[in-house]
Parts: sequence; C-alpha cells; structure tokens
Amino acid sequence: MPLVLELRGITKAFPGVLANDHIDLTLEEGEIHALLGENGAGKSTLMNILYGLYQPDEGQIFLRPRNRSAIPASAASRDGLVEVKIHSPNDAIAQGIGMVHQHFMLVPPLTVAENVMLGLESTRGGIFLDQRAAAQRIREISQQYGLEVDPDAYVRDLPVGVQQRVEIIKLLYREADILILDEPTAVLTPQEVDRLFSTIKNLVKQGKSIIFITHKLREVMEIADRITVLRNGRVVGTTTPAQTTPAELAAMMVGRQVDLVVHKESLTPGEVVLEVKDLQVLDDRQHLAVNGVSFEVREREILGIAGVQGNGQTELVEALTGLRPVIAGEIRILGTPVTNANPRQILEKGVAHVPEDRQRDGLVLSRPVHDNLVLCTYYLPPFAKGINIQEDTIIATASRLVEEFDVRTPSVFVPASTLSGGNQQKVIVAREFSRPVKLIIAAQPTRGLDVGSIEYIHQRILQKRSEGTAVLLVSPELDEIIALSDRIAVMYRGRIMDIVPAKGVNREYLGLLMAGVEASEAAKVAPPTIGVEEVERVF
Amino acid sequence: MATTAVRAQQKAFTLGRSQWLGIVFLIAGLLTFLFFGRGLEAGIKTKFGLNPGFASQAIPIPDLVLPTQPTIYAMVLIMLLLGVLQLVRGFRFADALLGVVALCFVFAFLTWAARGKSFNLVGMLGSSLVRATPIALAALCGIMCERSGVVNIAIEGIMLISAQVAVVVATVTKNLYAGLVAAILSGAIISAFHAAMAVSFKVDQIVSATAINIFATGATSFISARFLEKNTNLLNNSGTFRIISIPLLSKIPILGPIFFENGLIVYLMLILTVLVHILLFYTKWGLRVRAVGEHPRAADTLGINVYLVRYVSVILGGMIAGIGGAYFTIGSVGRFDEIMTAGKGFIGLAAMIFGKWAPFGAFASSILFGFADSLQIKLQILRVPIPSEFLLMAPYIVTMIVLTGVVGRAEPPAADGQPYEK
Repeated sequence: MPLVLELRGITKAFPGVLANDHIDLTLEEGEIHALLGENGAGKSTLMNILYGLYQPDEGQIFLRPRNRSAIPASAASRDGLVEVKIHSPNDAIAQGIGMVHQHFMLVPPLTVAENVMLGLESTRGGIFLDQRAAAQRIREISQQYGLEVDPDAYVRDLPVGVQQRVEIIKLLYREADILILDEPTAVLTPQEVDRLFSTIKNLVKQGKSIIFITHKLREVMEIADRITVLRNGRVVGTTTPAQTTPAELAAMMVGRQVDLVVHKESLTPGEVVLEVKDLQVLDDRQHLAVNGVSFEVREREILGIAGVQGNGQTELVEALTGLRPVIAGEIRILGTPVTNANPRQILEKGVAHVPEDRQRDGLVLSRPVHDNLVLCTYYLPPFAKGINIQEDTIIATASRLVEEFDVRTPSVFVPASTLSGGNQQKVIVAREFSRPVKLIIAAQPTRGLDVGSIEYIHQRILQKRSEGTAVLLVSPELDEIIALSDRIAVMYRGRIMDIVPAKGVNREYLGLLMAGVEASEAAKVAPPTIGVEEVERVF
Repeated sequence: MATTAVRAQQKAFTLGRSQWLGIVFLIAGLLTFLFFGRGLEAGIKTKFGLNPGFASQAIPIPDLVLPTQPTIYAMVLIMLLLGVLQLVRGFRFADALLGVVALCFVFAFLTWAARGKSFNLVGMLGSSLVRATPIALAALCGIMCERSGVVNIAIEGIMLISAQVAVVVATVTKNLYAGLVAAILSGAIISAFHAAMAVSFKVDQIVSATAINIFATGATSFISARFLEKNTNLLNNSGTFRIISIPLLSKIPILGPIFFENGLIVYLMLILTVLVHILLFYTKWGLRVRAVGEHPRAADTLGINVYLVRYVSVILGGMIAGIGGAYFTIGSVGRFDEIMTAGKGFIGLAAMIFGKWAPFGAFASSILFGFADSLQIKLQILRVPIPSEFLLMAPYIVTMIVLTGVVGRAEPPAADGQPYEK
C-alpha cells in the first residue's frame, strides 16, 4: 500500500524531559498503525505535533497531498509525499488529519450537529446556521460508515460510546483521511470496544488510515496491522501482531521482562469488615449518584468495583471515607456504624484511603514529603506532644517509610509536587499502608502510573490482603479488577448490577452489566463465569 | 418489614424543593390574608388606572374598579389552592407556579395599598419597562461576555463612564446621537481593556473588573466635581431623547403606552434583546461564542481562535453596556450626577443569572427588577405606612432573593471566568 504519512526525526523537548527523540514513523493507506507505550513514553506528544498543537524542535513531516496534481517536483517530495509544516489544528484539518482526543473535545450543552459543524459551519448567507444541512450531512456519514447517531440529540445526554462516535463523525465531516485515536478504549465497556473496533475496520476498508494510540496489549494484538513501540521518547521497534507476543511487547514497552500475570495467594475470607446497606448519596448537582448500594467486604478479601467512570464510584468512595454526606442507608466498619462520621473518625477505625485524584485529595502538594507522610497521624504521639509537633520524629519516620516503600525522592524535605506520579502514589501508599489498617479503600490506585509502580502497588495491595486486611478496589480498568479481586461488583448509574466471584469470570458478562443490562438478562446472553482465564496485567 | 416502614417514614419527612415551594405558597397566602385581607371596611374599592398619565396617543379605556376585600380574598384563595396542590402533587413547572403566586401576592398587595384610592397600573408598568432598560442592557452585556467565558463585573463602571461621556459629548456637540455614539465607543474601549487583562494577560477577572469599577467611580466623580458642576450649561446639560410614538401600535390600549411610546434607548434595548438572541443561537458566530464559553479547548482543536472570539464578545458587550450608560444621562435626565448608576450594572448581572444567561430570560428578569423599582416609587406616592428607606431597598431585596436560588438554579457556561491557556 502507498504511504500517506511519514514522520522523520521528530524531536521535542520540554523543560527537563526529551518527550520525543528523533522519532520515525510511517503510515500506509488503509492501515491501522498502533502506537504502543507506557504513560509518558511520548505517544501523545508525537500526535499533538502531528495535529499542530505542538511545534517540533527538529524533524520533518511528509504527507500525501490532498490534491494529487499539486505535487511539486522539488527535492522535498518522496514517494509521492511532500513535506508540510503544521502550525495549528487548522493546518492539520486542511491536510486531512483528524484526531479523537483521549478527553473528548465535545461541548456538552450543544447538539451533535452543532458540535460536528463547529468551526466548519453549514450556513445560509454565511451568517445563519443551517442546522438541517449539517444534520443531513451527518446522516450521510452515519450511513456510509455505520456510525449511528441522532444529529439533533444533545451531547450531554449521550453515553460515552456514542460521544466517541460523534468525535469520529467530526473528523469524517472534515474529510480527514488520517485519523488519530488517542486511547479511544479507555472509557468504553468491552462491548463498546468491540463496536469501536468494527467501526475502525470499516473505516480502513473505505480507505482511511488510522493511528491508534494505546497502552493495552490485548487491543493492539487484536486490531493493529503494524505496531510501533515507544519508550522514553524513542522508537524501540516496529512489528506486527503475527510476529510478536504480548510478553514481548510488554518487554519492549518497559525495557525489561515483565510478569504479565498477577500471582495471588488463595485465601479464605474472614470476618466482615465493611458493611454497606442501601446507601444513597448525592453528587455535586444534587442528583442521586449512589442509589441503594449494598455489599460487604471481609478480611483477606478484595472486592473490586468495576464500571465505566462516572457511574457513582467517586461518590461511593467519598461517602465511605466521610467526605460526602450519606442521605440514606448505613455504613458499618467492624460492626460499628460510621454513617456520616467525619473522615478522622473513620480513619481512626483503621481505614486507609487511596483517593482517585491523588494530587487533589491525596497530598498537600506544596508541603514536603515528610509532612505528607504523617497527614493521618500527625496529631497523635509520637508525632505530637500536647500541642507541639515533634519534627525530628516525623522526619525520622518519614525517612524510614521512604526507604521501605521505595519512594524515589532526593530527600524527605522536597515538596510532594516535585515527585513523579508514581512516587507521589507511593507516598500515599506508604502513609496509608504503614498504619495498622483493617480496611483499604483504593480508588484507581494505578491510574496514570508506569509499569514498575503498577507492579509495586498491586503487590502491596495483595500483601495487605495476605495480612488479613479487607480491600475495596475501585477501578475502571476491568483487567486490573479481574486480576486483583476475589469478588467483582459492577456499578452502573449508582446501582450495583451484580456481584460475582472473580475466578473465571466472563468478561462479556461484566461488559453487559457495565452497559446497564440487568443481571438476569445479561446471564441469558453470556454466563457470568467461564473457564479460568489467564489475566494479563494492565499498563 | 420494619426497615421498609422506617424508610417510608423517612421519605414522608424528607421535604423536596417541590414541597418547600408548596409551603411557601401557603405561607404567602396566609400572610396576604392576615395583613391585607382582614380588617378592611366592607364596600371599599380600589381603582386601577388603565390609561397612562401623560399625553398619550392610546385610545382611552375605562379604568378597572375592584371591590378591595373580595379581590384580595380571591388572590388568597388562588395562592392557597396552588400551595395545597403543589404540596400534595408537585408540578413540573413549579417555577411558573411560583411566578403566578408572586403575581397574586403583588396584586393583592397593590389592591390593599391603593384601597379607597386610585392607582395607575399602566403608568407603573410603563415605568417598569423604562427602569428595566439599563438593567436589561447591562444583562445583555453580561450575557455576551460570559457566554464567551469572560466574567465581567465591570459593567457598572463601564456604564458610569459611558453615562458621563454621553452627556458631555452630547452637550458640547449639541447632538444627542453623537453622545450615544461616544458612549458606545467608550464602552468598547473600557471593555477592550478588560478583555486584554482577562484574555491576554490572564489576570484574575474579578480583580481586573473591580479595578475598572473603582477607577470609574473615582474618575467620573472627579471630573464631575472639577468640571461639570462649574460649567453645567457648557458640559452637563444635554437634553434627552424625546418620546417616539410608533404609529398605530401606540394606539393599542394598555400595550401601546407601555411598549410603543418610549425613548430611543428603550427601543434599542428591545431590539438588542432580540438581536443578541438571534446572534447567539442562530448564527455561526454565536455557535462559536457558546462553544468557547463552554469548552475552549474543543473549539481550539477545531481551529477556532478562542482569544479572538473572547475579545470580540467582550467588546461587543461593552458597546451594549455603553448604550446602557447613555440611558442614565441622555436617555433620562439630561445631566450627569455622581455614581448615578447606583448598582444597576450589578443588578443587570443578577438579571443575567436569573435569566439563565439567555437574552429573553434576562429581559424578563430585568422587567421584574424594574417593576420592584417603580413599585417603590408608587408606594411612596400612595403613602403606604412603610418607611421610604425600606421601600428604596425593594429592587435590591428582590435581587438577593433571586440570587439565593429560590427560583431554579441555572448552570453558568462551563468555562466562565477561566482564562484559556493554550
């Protein structure tokens, strides 16, 4: 197939990091080219350069011209490609490049048609919007590529999977030939992922070329024609699914052999530690975000809460940790009611909390690491005597914890903000896990971390489980949930759809629940458990 | 079983907003009965004038004469009925119901206040519109700015300066239109400064706008004291736009004198309300403004110049506020007094919020504020036994009630007040 795009020697430095170091990449017509790498490997930077959001420090971009007769016979031309400079998204759009960003670039209170035509409006007389013409064009695109969507619907009312379709239609409306999809599966249920993949295959059949950015090995093996692996801003290699294995790809991504399987001791759960009954919690907009949730978590057990983000998990965790009022229902820890207790009372019951947003809720970023390590206990001896803080004891303890939990920091005196994401998370884990805790509530504990940190945090959680702690694990990453949990609860629109044992669980069944299908209906389509499946670790 | 009983009990005791509104309706009804309905002499009547007091082209119609006590009792009955219905059933359009109850309350109050006397209803409604004019223009300015994501609390200051510029230019050139144009231009210049601070330099928008307000108060007061007061006839005596009666339409009873016998700036306000609505919701530019105010990054990725959109919106808004400023001088009294805007710019912002950032909503809420303002004056004339200082507070009290969210809360544009970083 002829080339449509070639990147040559792209280099981009940010203060302190070389995000892209002489990257070469080619894209053929009708190809799905996966760009694989850990967080911070430079995938997004590269694509933002291609989309005109950043300017490269060095390197060239060659494209197939949209107008074939316009190919100049100059030296810059090669294989029918011409060098282009992309200064802004406008340039990229004009060159036929479109991008679906990881965080959707949709305006929720506007309609689908308005979102799609924004910036390239259908008008009457150049002034007045022509909604009908735009809607007509969207319907044509929908039909041609099998992307069902109602042009008159408001984006805020659409489920995430449909919003993503709107994003893709936006690109097709601008007649993009090269589609960049940045982590498109991060927010989808397994079924929505399947649907996305069939859309992608349909698109390449019609001559579009796709760059698929991801860190999930399974997806790469399933959909890519070619795979380019990035690490620390460099290309490690380019391969095809036929020539490689997930283990090999993982090794390329991380730079060493990685154990893809989480080894979990089999244990018998003990006493009930956390008991939640008919819990109701409101979100910030005073809507019922948690609607009658009941479950229990026992000693030596991990209960995983799966579900697409935004289905009430955040509010549930906040209610359990005393950060959000409970309007109905009951929470008991070791039999004591703690409904609407304040965070300190809950914490003193032996609860550790690893919050979802570590920078907002987990750390005081401007304070030194040693202060952050005693945030839960600074008011107790030996860190306080009366009203005096015992600085020396705090520093000594902090230094020990930094050592023990392998926090990579120049010293305990630097502000927490200067640490990398993985090390910030280790500070939180060190603080929370070093106390004698009975219950760990961990919300997305590995979000955005590098593989080393993910392995480490998984291992620490499992170690706590072996020590007899009960663990409530909330994560939108289904792989993480399946790999770590003993039982899995699926949350959808504030309700728990079902709770199933994790061993041999059927991913498809979970996917149906995540999409809101009732357990009884879902079980007719897919059995809740199938044979024992080897679960790969996620990155 | 026990748990279900407990839960049912809990449910009965938790009052939603719907029930609260019902209770508020009932209380309003009871208060009306206690304070206005009881103890009136039988047979006393209230006369509502339906013809404007000034020389009007409208065809005269007979005035409305109502028996005071039965009228008040009818209002009380409606309020109690709606209250019971709302408490028991709950309506989806509770806000509309709240409007009806408020209207009943006000009408009952007026009937009581004007008992045995005559009260010119059309005259008061007409003056409500006139008094709503600067508020509505300020609200339109706010809508233009905030829809694009820039908070503008400098409207007060912009109006104050424009008011002064308008009267001085109009007096010097002896041309009111020149004064109006100058006011619009000065509005544009000051808001361009605010835009530069907010958009390019990413200064805190509240701080930047507060600075403008303080500057406006100081500068206009200084100029007024130093120059205008000493040379009133040379600098501060412009005359005002005369009343324009629209042929035919002004002859309609009640509506004619309210809407179609006004000064230029009132008409401009009405036209601008419609224009801004069309601009925002039916044009390419408006779509971009709304997108930029909600999700600037999304607009940016589609090649829209976020900064340009914000600059233009804020400057256009400033021009509208300039017209609002001109109203105070060349639109109403023909001279400048210190701090004569008296918080109308801020009330305009309240009207914008109450109107859910939409031109027609803002217009309707401006009328409410204008009504409170003109009511206060009428009540003083009627010699209602309430101290005039309290009556003067009426528009501001209405503002506070509105802002506490008694009426359904609206969401501001998502990126309102946030500088955009590329």
